[in-house]
Amino acid sequence: MTRDLPADRRRTAGMPAPGFRRGGLGRRSEMLFHPLALCAFVGLALLLSMAPAHAVRPDEMLANPALEARAEQVGHELRCLVCRDQSVEDSEADLAHDMRVLVRRRIAAGDSNAEVIAYLRSRYGDFVLLNPPFEIATALLWGGPVLILLLGGLAIAHFYRARRNDSAAPLSDAEQHRLAALLNREHP
Amino acid sequence: MTARRLAYLLPTGLFLLLLAGFLLGLGRNREVLPSPLIDKPAPNFALPPLHDGQSGFSSADLKGHASVVNTFASWCAPCREENPALMALARAKRVPVYGIDYKDNPKTAAAWLAELGNPYTRIGADDGRVGIEWGVYGVPETFVTDPEGRIRYKHVGVLTEADVERTILPLVTRLEQ
Repeated sequence: MTRDLPADRRRTAGMPAPGFRRGGLGRRSEMLFHPLALCAFVGLALLLSMAPAHAVRPDEMLANPALEARAEQVGHELRCLVCRDQSVEDSEADLAHDMRVLVRRRIAAGDSNAEVIAYLRSRYGDFVLLNPPFEIATALLWGGPVLILLLGGLAIAHFYRARRNDSAAPLSDAEQHRLAALLNREHP
Repeated sequence: MTARRLAYLLPTGLFLLLLAGFLLGLGRNREVLPSPLIDKPAPNFALPPLHDGQSGFSSADLKGHASVVNTFASWCAPCREENPALMALARAKRVPVYGIDYKDNPKTAAAWLAELGNPYTRIGADDGRVGIEWGVYGVPETFVTDPEGRIRYKHVGVLTEADVERTILPLVTRLEQ
């Protein structure tokens, strides 16, 4: 690593699992000790604990809930260029904070979601988009799975057709005679 | 029989192709991102100086000659490492070196420059907004602009004296012809 940004203090920004403790499990004796219910419960708890951590600080948020929702939507489409595999909304990096503030300022000033994204794309390139656009350079990326499915399907179709052809070939007269002769010899 | 041979050769060939792609990918430096701003006009900005009374740094300073724009900060260890290369570039007196002091404390920055040496013709203090305009995603980053104020080159990470000799100065000569 040749570059760094100021080390930001790691805050634990994990979302509390909603309804995890308060939840209506009802009568303990019936539900909690049933092995299946327990499994489902543990599974659900694990699933909820995997909810993405939001790094947005309260002072960054827009007062207007509709605009804030739009800003979050835009932020989730933008890559944090410091941590690379987190969105701007999820990252605690300083640059991500600046980008969140910028997105909110632009949305509050009346920019559309697409305009905000286009602006950041003009500064940082396609890499800032977590969802790569469909272009010639990315055609293989998007088309790859379909291509592989198609090729695999063709291979399977070919395999079955070849096998059916093999088994469907009727015996020739000479072969019928040989077969009959063999069977007669074994069971006289 | 040729169809049967193909059934073996095709997957093998595809696998080798994939392997070659992965091997090439291994050698790529994923730290350095290509900038879409190359050959585009530098953004419009006007940065205040580190201290009152000094002159700041704005896009107007880039017109009429080639320029080197370097983002730095006193909290950035690699910036300390590249300072000698920038000092050498400043001593060559071929091109003005402008500094964008990125998300820094002006007092610390001044002390840092007093300690290491100040290669900058002008310095602007940035709270991070102008950095985003330039597509900065870490410091240090160094840009070269042409006399029309277009960004022609971007260097990500520590600049060495070899980079200055081999890349920056020849490019400046070419841009000013």
